[in-house]
Amino acid sequence: MSKLHWEDFTPGTVAVYGPRLVTREEIVAFAAEFDPQPMHLDEAAASATLLGGLAASGWHSCCILMRMIADSFVNKTSSMGAPGVEEVRWLKPLRPGMKVRVRTTVLETRLSNSRPDVGFVRCLAEMIDEHDDVITSFTSPLMLRRRETGTRP
Amino acid sequence: MKYFEDTVVGERVAVGRHTFRADEIKAFAARFDPQPFHVDEAAAARSHFGALVASGWHTAVVWMRMMVEQRRRLAEAARARGEPVAAVGPALGLRDLKWFKPVYVDDTIDYESEIIGMRTSRSRANLGLLTIRSTGVNQRGEAVISFVSTTFVERRPVKE
Repeated sequence: MSKLHWEDFTPGTVAVYGPRLVTREEIVAFAAEFDPQPMHLDEAAASATLLGGLAASGWHSCCILMRMIADSFVNKTSSMGAPGVEEVRWLKPLRPGMKVRVRTTVLETRLSNSRPDVGFVRCLAEMIDEHDDVITSFTSPLMLRRRETGTRP
Repeated sequence: MKYFEDTVVGERVAVGRHTFRADEIKAFAARFDPQPFHVDEAAAARSHFGALVASGWHTAVVWMRMMVEQRRRLAEAARARGEPVAAVGPALGLRDLKWFKPVYVDDTIDYESEIIGMRTSRSRANLGLLTIRSTGVNQRGEAVISFVSTTFVERRPVKE
């Protein structure tokens, strides 16, 4: 299958992927490895915090979001990675047993100033729950190779 | 963690140092960011990176782990002195996450965090909000990551 390039993205395009079940086991495993705060590890400790019960690390929700967009479209593109993330918002707790989807919106496309073979696709990725409420979102300029200038730098 | 009132803008903490090995770069990316240049040496060699690089999310979460460990050490030391420990977290979000340079296999990153802003919570009188800039610098002195996060921290309880 030929890959999607920068030219294939149009501002305003919205796509939804999923659902994906998030388990208690993976929430605790991620937290034990990368964010071992009690609110992500233990129900009793979590219920005493602002989260009001066990919830995934915000970094975990970002990582799940990343994996979902990688599987659904990033790995079908000429992706060169991203230079960063403008904003990450943790709006609602990600709880064990939730089925989440990802909604992506192409906000803007522009060419690189320094590299004629590269363009940016500025993308909003939102993790949404069963009620379409946003749990976590991030906005990031994805770097993609352009089709016209060939596939090699 | 210290209470909000005991914290000042400009305070810095050395969070920790981590060397990214090939196996952990690939294992993390296989779970969360399976782009070819994060999971496959041969594909990475053909990419614009020229060699295997860590997922930027990986570079970020290693900061988180070391920050939690650092706070735990500070909390244990405070308790040993008989001092109270303020609750910290959760964070509301972050902004300006920048991956300036790739993190290659066996790169060693030094992380530091600095308090750059403070305000009291409008909705919760017992909490303050800290704005923290965190950075990671590699063994060549090059910044590889930076981000600004905002997190809750407990205020000093008012005496009855």
